[in-house]
Amino acid sequence: MTSEGGAGYAGVPSEAEPSPEAGKAGTPASLEGLDKAHPSVVELQGRFDEAVLRHEVVAGDEHVVFVEPDRVFEILQWLKEDPDQLYNYLSDVTAVDYGSGRPLQVVYQLYSIPLRRTLRVKAELPLDELEVDSVVPLWANANWLEREVYDLFGIHFRNHPDLRRILMPEVYAEGHPLRKDFPLRGRFSRAEQTRRALAQAPEDYYIPSDFGAGRDFQRVGWQEMGGEPVPVEDPMTTDSTGASDDHEDERA
Amino acid sequence: MSKKTVEFQVSRTPEMGMDFRPAQGVLPPVDLTEPELQSEKMLINVGPQHPATHGVLRLVLELDGETVVRCVPHIGYLHSSFEKLGEYRTWNQVIPLTDRMDYLAPLIYNCAYAMAVEKMMGIEVTERCKVTRVIMMELDRIFSHLLWLGTWAIDVGAFTPFLYAFQQREKVYTLHEAYTGARITTSATRIGGMMADMPEGWAEGVREFVNELPRTLDEIESLLSHNAIHIGRTQGVGVISAEEAINSGMSGPNLRATGVPYDVRKDRPYYDYETYEFEVPIGEHGDCYDRYMVRIEEMRQSCRLVHQALDRLPDGPMNVDDPRVILPSKTDLMNDMESMIHHFKLVMEGVKAPPGESHFSVEGSKGELGMYVVSDGGSKPVRWRVRPPSFVNLSAIPKLVEGGLLADVIMVNASLDIVLGEIDR
Repeated sequence: MTSEGGAGYAGVPSEAEPSPEAGKAGTPASLEGLDKAHPSVVELQGRFDEAVLRHEVVAGDEHVVFVEPDRVFEILQWLKEDPDQLYNYLSDVTAVDYGSGRPLQVVYQLYSIPLRRTLRVKAELPLDELEVDSVVPLWANANWLEREVYDLFGIHFRNHPDLRRILMPEVYAEGHPLRKDFPLRGRFSRAEQTRRALAQAPEDYYIPSDFGAGRDFQRVGWQEMGGEPVPVEDPMTTDSTGASDDHEDERA
Repeated sequence: MSKKTVEFQVSRTPEMGMDFRPAQGVLPPVDLTEPELQSEKMLINVGPQHPATHGVLRLVLELDGETVVRCVPHIGYLHSSFEKLGEYRTWNQVIPLTDRMDYLAPLIYNCAYAMAVEKMMGIEVTERCKVTRVIMMELDRIFSHLLWLGTWAIDVGAFTPFLYAFQQREKVYTLHEAYTGARITTSATRIGGMMADMPEGWAEGVREFVNELPRTLDEIESLLSHNAIHIGRTQGVGVISAEEAINSGMSGPNLRATGVPYDVRKDRPYYDYETYEFEVPIGEHGDCYDRYMVRIEEMRQSCRLVHQALDRLPDGPMNVDDPRVILPSKTDLMNDMESMIHHFKLVMEGVKAPPGESHFSVEGSKGELGMYVVSDGGSKPVRWRVRPPSFVNLSAIPKLVEGGLLADVIMVNASLDIVLGEIDR
């Protein structure tokens, strides 16, 4: 089963131009009438015109709007602040990787507490341009959610106040685990992973002088200082480029 | 002149520490102004191994005296990449991963996942299954809140409520075990139904439990709700406004304590929650005490819900009659070729979900629990994402503790009711 994994994902109908198969999959023509059923979608299409790429209805009643990646912030800001939309609650930010070179989708799940309405906004990012504007200025909880997407998918959020890994260790050098090209057991061999784990000096993260010297507090505070985030010094990556290829076969 | 008097005078000489010769005669008056102390911010590291962090959570606190100036949470110590693992398992094999996330309310996670996949596949479960799942979810809401209540009481310095709460909690463990065979890792649901119908006498056991629980809650409340120490430590501590709470994405009791009546069971009802009679308790001040009161009241409301669900529990099949997702009965399997083929395909390939996706939310014990499943038509998820309520609630902790006292950090953290298994996933 595992060997056909790649082929299986390739078999997903292309999102860019819906083929007859795609119609069968997610957007049956019979659901066309539902476009009108969601007032926000109609408004969005009218107001942002070509920035709204397409609209799908999935799982019966869930409305998905695909938008231009460059205009995500603008569109979400309008959705949040327009008195007829009021999507004031950011339920979730995540990403989907279909594999086989298809663009990554960033998914914003919105909810309007006053109007009791949900809407999913997606932006497709080509693999060589994984960048999108951060929505932290709109919703505070986007901070951690975007950090998680950055950590696990490697999508860069422009203007994020504190973009660094959140679930994986900060010195993690194997890449972004939820990408389809990331093998389940990691890129390095088990021996290499153990060696790196042992080479870590946990005390470094606990000595106050180190915090003061910049590990945490300087980086957290860069926003107030008006500077760029201090790049993470990673002693691991500098001496081990190409290590991933060496252990490719061990994994299999 | 006694020796003592001499020492007294010596202690006031500016030369103290350099020259310990006893002073001769009466000393001239000296200026006693306080020396200029340099005030330095102090860094304190709480966790990752600390009983009051409720798991492997690490908080780095910058203190000015006793006041917290800045709080930086660090998570990820329990990360097991469940979402990645899920992509290598069939739809049904993901279920054991869900209860390992929130081991304090495993059935809610089992149910939420199964419901999301069923919604994506367009499967409508049977009436009996719906009601059973409602019972299970409400039972586990109580189960989770009881653990929170016990540990909360310990954090505030009271030990007895912990014992009372865990005595009741043990009964839910027994009910879990009677139904699923496991006390924590229940894995009770399947796509299209449950792993089994409820055993003989289980419903009566649940009824007995929800009959007894309110008495224990009264007892615990009599120890805490009007207790001056408890009130002093929790009222006005960790305050957040409704607007900020919404902006921070808080959900569940933490959001409702600020006065926002957002409850997925009421606002986007599933499983006929709109036909049950229950109220959504809300707070007023958004402080720790309100979060406590909201959870206590939620347990009472959950008892009401379980009673109503038990009253309407219909007879009939537990699982849907759909050979794509549910194994045929053993009798059919042995006598019928078609059932044999269905059985073979289900066991060898697993359930096949048509391409599509669904982001489905239930009201978990910690807040809005969303399950996002994406299928490409295969027997494994392309993406399985959990919208983690504790993760989002915890991300607001700097707002809650900054400007407060160090001792209040413990109360605020306890009041958020986090579970690290789900935060780190």
